[in-house]
This record gives sequence, C-alpha cells and structure tokens, in this order.
Amino acid sequence: MNFFESIRISLRALRANKLRSALTMLGIIIGVAAVIAMVGIGNGATASITSQIQGLGSNLLTISAGQSSSGGVRGGVGSSNTLSMTDVSKIQVGAAVKAVAPVTSINAQVVMGRGNTSTNITGTTQDYEIIKNVTLTSGRFITKEDVDSNARVAVLGPTVVTNLFGDANASVIGKIIKVNNVPFQVIGVTTATGSTGFQSSDDMITAPITTIQARLIGRKTVRNILVSASSADLMQTAQDEITAAMHRAHKIQPGKDDDFTVQNQADMLATMQGVTQTLTMLLGGIAGISLLVGGIGIMNIMLVSVTERTREIGIRKAIGAKSMDILLQFLIEAVVLSVLGGGIGIALGYGGSSLVGKAMTLDTSISPTSVLVAFGFSAAIGIIFGVFPARKAAAMDPIDALRYE
Amino acid sequence: MIDLKGIKKIYANGDIQVAALGGVDLHVGANEFVAIMGPSGSGKSTMMNILGCLDTPTEGEYYLDGTDVAKASGDDLSVIRNRKIGFVFQGFNLLARTTALENVELPMLYAGMGGKERRVRAIAALESVGLSDRIHHRPKELSGGQQQRVAIARALVTKPAIILADEPTGNLDSRSSEEVMAIFQRLHASGNTIIIVTHEPDIAEVTERIVRFRDGHIEGDEKVINPRKAQAHVIEEGGTAT
Repeated sequence: MNFFESIRISLRALRANKLRSALTMLGIIIGVAAVIAMVGIGNGATASITSQIQGLGSNLLTISAGQSSSGGVRGGVGSSNTLSMTDVSKIQVGAAVKAVAPVTSINAQVVMGRGNTSTNITGTTQDYEIIKNVTLTSGRFITKEDVDSNARVAVLGPTVVTNLFGDANASVIGKIIKVNNVPFQVIGVTTATGSTGFQSSDDMITAPITTIQARLIGRKTVRNILVSASSADLMQTAQDEITAAMHRAHKIQPGKDDDFTVQNQADMLATMQGVTQTLTMLLGGIAGISLLVGGIGIMNIMLVSVTERTREIGIRKAIGAKSMDILLQFLIEAVVLSVLGGGIGIALGYGGSSLVGKAMTLDTSISPTSVLVAFGFSAAIGIIFGVFPARKAAAMDPIDALRYE
Repeated sequence: MIDLKGIKKIYANGDIQVAALGGVDLHVGANEFVAIMGPSGSGKSTMMNILGCLDTPTEGEYYLDGTDVAKASGDDLSVIRNRKIGFVFQGFNLLARTTALENVELPMLYAGMGGKERRVRAIAALESVGLSDRIHHRPKELSGGQQQRVAIARALVTKPAIILADEPTGNLDSRSSEEVMAIFQRLHASGNTIIIVTHEPDIAEVTERIVRFRDGHIEGDEKVINPRKAQAHVIEEGGTAT
C-alpha cells in the first residue's frame, strides 16, 4: 500500500479520537517544551555570567592575600593581610603586564546635602582606569598626583549620582560629598555599564587608595592587586611573572606555600561556565525524563488503541492488509502524535524561555541545533514507543481478531 | 476453481487432539452457487476459514484458482485473500467512522490501486447493490440490510475468484435476508462463484448445490433442483428493482 495512504488512514484514526490524541500529545508537548526552555534558559544564564565576568575587566588577573592560619584554624582566601603597596611596585609593567593597580574597599554611608546612600568606596590608583576599561561621562579619573598627594577626590558611579542628587544627569563635578564625615570633591562620573548584582560598577565610588587607607580605614591594607595582561595569549606569561615577583617580594622559598593566590579571569570564566553548563545538563536531563514519560504515555495509549481496534485490524487483514500495512498504520499514528507534540512543544518551549528571558533579563538563546535535536528526539520516541504496540497489532491472527467483541 | 483433497484440521488442546475436519474432499467449479450447511460443531466454520485462506489446513491440498494455497502463510495469505476472495460476514464487519464508499475502496487500497480507479470501481459496486444514494453514509447511518449490501459491494469490487459469505443473513430480518439473497442470486447469474455458509434451510434453497457437514466430514452433497427465487420486489428507498 502507498505510504501516503497509510498516513491518511492514521490521521483519520487520530482525528476520530481528538481528546485522547490531544491528551497523549500533552506528555510529549510538556517534555519537549521543558527541554527546550531549560536549555534556552541555561544558555542564557551562561552567556550572562560570561559577560558579567568579562565586564570585570579585560584579561584580568587578581592577586588575593593568602589564607590566614591561627591556632590550627584555616581562614579563606584573602583572610590574611599579606598584600601591600610594596608588592604593587614590585610587579613590573612590561611585555606581558599592561597595568597594575591595588584595590581596597569599604562600604560606607555617603552624604551629599539632603541625599545619602550606602555604597562601596574603592581605593585604587590611576591604572584602574586601564584595567577596568573605565569611561567617564564627565570630569576626569583619579591621577598619579591624586594618589601621591592623598587627594580627597572621588569618581562617582551613575547609580550613586542618582541616589545622591536624584538625577543621573545632575551636574556634580566640583561638589563636595561626605564619606563617613570625610569630605571628598567629585572629579568625575563614570559611564553606566548596566552591570547589576554584586559589585556593580555603576553603584560605587572610586578614590585614591592612599586617601582611603589614611582617612577611612586607618591602615595601609591592600585587599587585591589587579593586573591586566597585554593580551589573552599572554595571560599565562603575566601570571608567571606576577607569581615570581610576589615570591621575591614575600621572600617565599621554593617548595613553601604561597601566602597569596593569583586568580585568572579565564579560569574563573571556565569554572563558572562549567557550573552553568552542569546545571543546564541537569535541568535538561530532568526535562528529558518527562519526555521519556511522555513516550511511555504514547505507548500506553497505542496499546489501548490496538486492543480497542482488534476487530478493525481483523477486517483489514481479512480483506488483504499485510502485516507491514498494519504495522505502518499504527507506527505512523504514534510518530504523528510524538512529532506533532514535539512541534507544539518546541513552540511552547521557545515562548516559555523568551518569557523567562524577559523577566530575568537573560539573553535566552535557542539554537537551531537544539530544535532539531528535540524534533528528532520526539520522532525517535514515537518510533521506539510505537513499535511495540504496532507489532502487536500486525501480529494479530485475523480469525481471532474478527471474532473479538 | 476450488479443489480440496484430504483436508484435515486438527486443534491441539493440551494433550487432547480435536479434529475439526477429518479429511474433506470438495470440488467447486466456476460459477457455482453453493451452500454449506451443518449444525454447530460440524466443522463448517473451520471449512469456511480454510476456504477463505484465513487459516491453513493441518494436512491436505487446497488449490484455489489453480494455485496451491495450503502451505502459504502470513502475508502470502493476505495477498491471496485480497486478490481471489471476497468476504461477506454475518456481522457485516464494516469499518465504523468510515463511509460506505471508503469501506468498498479498502480492498483496492491494499491491492495498491490508484485513487481514481478505486473510486470509480467502488461507486459502480455500490450501484450494483442499489446503494448509489448512500455512498457517503457511515455504517451506523445505514440499516442492517444496507450495511450487508455495502459488505457485498466490498466483496465483489475486486472481481474475486470466489465470494465467501459466512451466515450473511444471520443478523438480518427476513425481508432484508431475501434482498441480500436476491443480490447473491443476481451476482451468480452474472457469472460469480459464490459459497454461502448457513444453517437456515430457506436460505440454502436459494443456492444450486448444498454441501452438508457433520462431525468434520461431508455428510451429503446434492444439487438443488429448481432453486427458490429470492423474493425481493423492491430494494428499499431509491434502490433499483430486481
């Protein structure tokens, strides 16, 4: 029999039982939609985290203080205060190292007239501008002179400007703000980067590190040293140079534990991407299980359908249907159910993930590959779970089938 | 046309072997009109299944239209049924939710015939049983007699070597029975070979030869002298008179 005739017969049978067909498809619809949405959202999260980490600076290496160990209790990374301004001067700018800047920061209450806000005050040097790709909408960034002279000057993030002055476009250059009652003169405003979450570069104040140490902290602490490598290829060279310089500065003998750690942005990126990818796999896997359950639903209904239509199978066989004709008829029914469900599921999953993307400002991306895979997978499920009932139908003896009430 | 030699059918039921047919010889020539009669358990249903190639004999030879079909199996039997046999069942056995036309087209569909030819032949077959105004009706919209006529149209549409009818009037009232038998009589007159299984003597009287079964053997085989003409004055609403 013609293949298209088989399809026609199958479609007619599915139409005859609309509600049942729809409910059977629902399992596949939910499964495929869940897989598509989960993978889409996972990809969006990966992209978002990648851009956030890259937004921290280009080719960034971060030196943190080592772990403190007192009375056998080991603290976390950065829990000891082993970094100093001397270390900064020991790291030489050269072929691999583009710029070096120490940072220390505190959270403090900032007051300007009647406006006030709590924000992060980061003390650093002029090179921070290069390392973090800082751009300004007005004024200037801190200079070497500011750092050398402990100048009480500050560069504000746009969020801080809004919080203090009520308007992001307010003219603030030259105004005096008070940080823990220490007056600072505003010398610049940074461009909004749109970064949110922890350590937003929009919600912070940058000032000379010397001023912060002397006026606000009272100790010459350096929390991190940021180093920018000249290029992505030179990250490892820069890291080696830094490690060597730090060994010399801290007089660490070979074979002894370092009292500092160097974090590579690429490593961080890889780690975070690894985490999100694992999560995506996990979510996709769970969604995949629901797809499997949907497939079993199809098999279940097809088995019921075969039993119900025993007499029909008997009639068809009596008047000349071969086993293959019957097999195809039921197999096509199962495949149509799963493929149609898969198609609807893809549409729903796409809609769902873009909705979540809008709500969470994620760039959820659905690749054509994942659509193809989902489609192929649902067709495969139709075949795998359809074969058993279809074979059962095809193997029926016409005499018994005709006698079936 | 049909040649049966030493046909045996033995069913194994645990250790007990039951012979439904114990060596049957039967010859049916072209354009014969035969009734197979017998009480229940006589083996006539088994005979019907073997004649219809729904089942194969345990022993013996069966030549249908010149080919030995006793040893055929599965899909080969499907093809033989499709090409050489037209079935009419007691319970009509039409596909529900499918129109009369599509039911009649079905055997041609499995024969791989093109859509246009199927349609033309199906309409002609339905016309010949007086249902030209019912071709788009579904089985449940038709009376029992009409349903059986659709089934007859389906049986004859492939121009089979034999038409096999298993208690074709068993589910019908006497009026519809007469109409159906009148159609069989007419089909016979136009050259078809027809075998009817029945237990009703007045149905068997319409045929030209009666083969009686008892306990798996042929008990009697006689010609019907002067067959009764089936009384079908008018075939229901809009049908053609016979």
